Amino acid sequence: MTASGSTQTPLVELQHLTKHFSVKQGVFARGKGVVHAVEDVSLVVNKGETLGIVGESGCGKTTTARLMVKLLEATSGRILFEGEDITDLSRHRMRQLRQQMQIIFQDPYSSLNPRKTVGQIVGEPFVIHGTEKDIKSRVQELLARVGLNPEHYNRYPHEFSGGQRQRIGIARALALQPKLIVCDEPVSALDVSVQAQILNLLKSLQSEFDLTYVFISHDLSVIRQVSDRIAVMYLGRVVEMGESELLYEHPRHPYTAALLSAVPRAELDANGQKRTRIVLQGDVPSPVSPPSACVFHPRCPRAHAGTCDVETPGLTSFEGDHVAACHFPVERWPMSEAELRAGGTFADTTS
Amino acid sequence: MTAAPTTVGGVAPQTVTRSGFELFWLRFKEDRAALLGAGTIGVLIVIAIFGGPIASAVTGHPNTEQYQQIMQDSFGLPKGPTSAFWFGSDGEARDLFVRTMYGARTSLIVGVVASGIAVLIGLVVGMIAGFYRGIVDTILSRTGDVMLAMPQLLISIGIVAACSSNKNGCVIAGPIAIQPGLALVIAVIVIFSWPYIARLVRGFTLSIREKEFVEASRSLGASDTRIIFREILPNLSGPIIVYTTLLIPQSILFEAALSYLGLGVPPDTASWGGLLNDAQRYYDTAWWLMFFPGLFLVITTLAFNLLGDGLRDALDVRAER
Repeated sequence: MTASGSTQTPLVELQHLTKHFSVKQGVFARGKGVVHAVEDVSLVVNKGETLGIVGESGCGKTTTARLMVKLLEATSGRILFEGEDITDLSRHRMRQLRQQMQIIFQDPYSSLNPRKTVGQIVGEPFVIHGTEKDIKSRVQELLARVGLNPEHYNRYPHEFSGGQRQRIGIARALALQPKLIVCDEPVSALDVSVQAQILNLLKSLQSEFDLTYVFISHDLSVIRQVSDRIAVMYLGRVVEMGESELLYEHPRHPYTAALLSAVPRAELDANGQKRTRIVLQGDVPSPVSPPSACVFHPRCPRAHAGTCDVETPGLTSFEGDHVAACHFPVERWPMSEAELRAGGTFADTTS
Repeated sequence: MTAAPTTVGGVAPQTVTRSGFELFWLRFKEDRAALLGAGTIGVLIVIAIFGGPIASAVTGHPNTEQYQQIMQDSFGLPKGPTSAFWFGSDGEARDLFVRTMYGARTSLIVGVVASGIAVLIGLVVGMIAGFYRGIVDTILSRTGDVMLAMPQLLISIGIVAACSSNKNGCVIAGPIAIQPGLALVIAVIVIFSWPYIARLVRGFTLSIREKEFVEASRSLGASDTRIIFREILPNLSGPIIVYTTLLIPQSILFEAALSYLGLGVPPDTASWGGLLNDAQRYYDTAWWLMFFPGLFLVITTLAFNLLGDGLRDALDVRAER
């Protein structure tokens, strides 16, 4: 369990979740290719915590988020919400459960219907579930809570700035008092000063309403700021997962190490040297035909021929609940690229 | 950044709360062109209802009365406008002014009703096809394509040939029969017009359904019906209004073609399209035959277009005001 020591109860549990999209090529070909968007993802989100999911574009973060709130149907695997299997829930039962889980979207421009007023947008959850008598005052309460003027009830989304629009999206997600809010890159479309305001708002709402967040971002510093625990995804798989500070202090998976080394920083390391970036070779392979065994091996500086391209690595445990899917985890940190490379043989022979 | 509900100098900020309709009306009444269009359409509707009888009463010329003695020259050609016959006479020596006024009724009914039904069908089919995609889309879209591939006039001639040979028309079952007339004209126009709208709507629906606000609505537990009618439909109003205003004059002319083939209204009943068709025989000798009904058709088209543009702008909440 985590260092906080308190007993953690899981709110959401993903078990071996997999999502494939079939891609049709040409008129007559049917389901020729399969995009392995999410592959065998297992993770637990505990009550009251913030789980950060980080990774490059196209690594399956957003698909995982949409699977979690059932906006997409999983190809295989199970989703447990408060211990209940919700993978194949009936429409009616799922409708009720939707009150418990909400999502905040990345694009504050396309996530609000331009033809509806703010009042209609934030009031929609009440109309759908018929839970509220006096919708208007409830909506105005919510608007005030997220830092908007309740008088703006009858305004249209285009009259607001990006940050304000994101606040509207937060108010809508908050309306039904959910237990889980999935934040799908909620600040990446905003500029930095507004990002901080939105992150602070999310933080204060979390303690006030006892919320659990799944926070998705490609921004490592944002993820570090908000997350209690972090899952790192690469090509549809979770390659490393652990408590936020532990993971940042000592990444175990070479991919995480490369990601962290790419964060620009002002200070020098202990020897007075500029921290060197670990530059990965090549591009992310196509998720239509992912590499064999460990999907990271063609780009991994420490991949061993005969092991990494043959055997799929299981999860290795480290301190706490820190896990990494790697045959040759990083022994210490920081490590230069040469040192990292010295641990492997594969990349040398290919480059 | 965000305006907090603060009070400045003890006075609460006054925000005028306006309903959606008030906002719409505020915008619309500023748009002179649209008001002109709406006013013209109002006048046309009055003409359609009362114009024919009033014109008859004022001029003293009944709708179908022929004035061969005074309004045809020795070659049997119609004569032009005079003080008694304001628009001149038509090919059968009837008063063109009276016939144009009577024709407003047929033409407006066909134009508005046929376009309305076609838009309604196209909207529903297009939204369903675009929203559900897959096999539903394939069936609906291909059906529309088949309708578009059919030769309209040939089919119409076929229906006339089959159904105007006896008094009861083509009896389908009991009292239900296909007979030439206004209803058949409208039906034919609708059958050949809805696929265009369905195709347009399907395209817009396909793009709107991918927007995040649709997903947001779904994550709130909204049903498909709610998403289609509350989230997607309002975003379609712009293109639909524009297309409808173009479809109305098109339908009026289509009626003319169908009436000419004998599928539409009986030759005695006046319609603008019918009058324009008549005019073809005399285009080199009798300009008034084409000019007056044509003028009304142009005015109608223009009025609907102006109104449509105004409606679109007034309904667009993003527009500056």
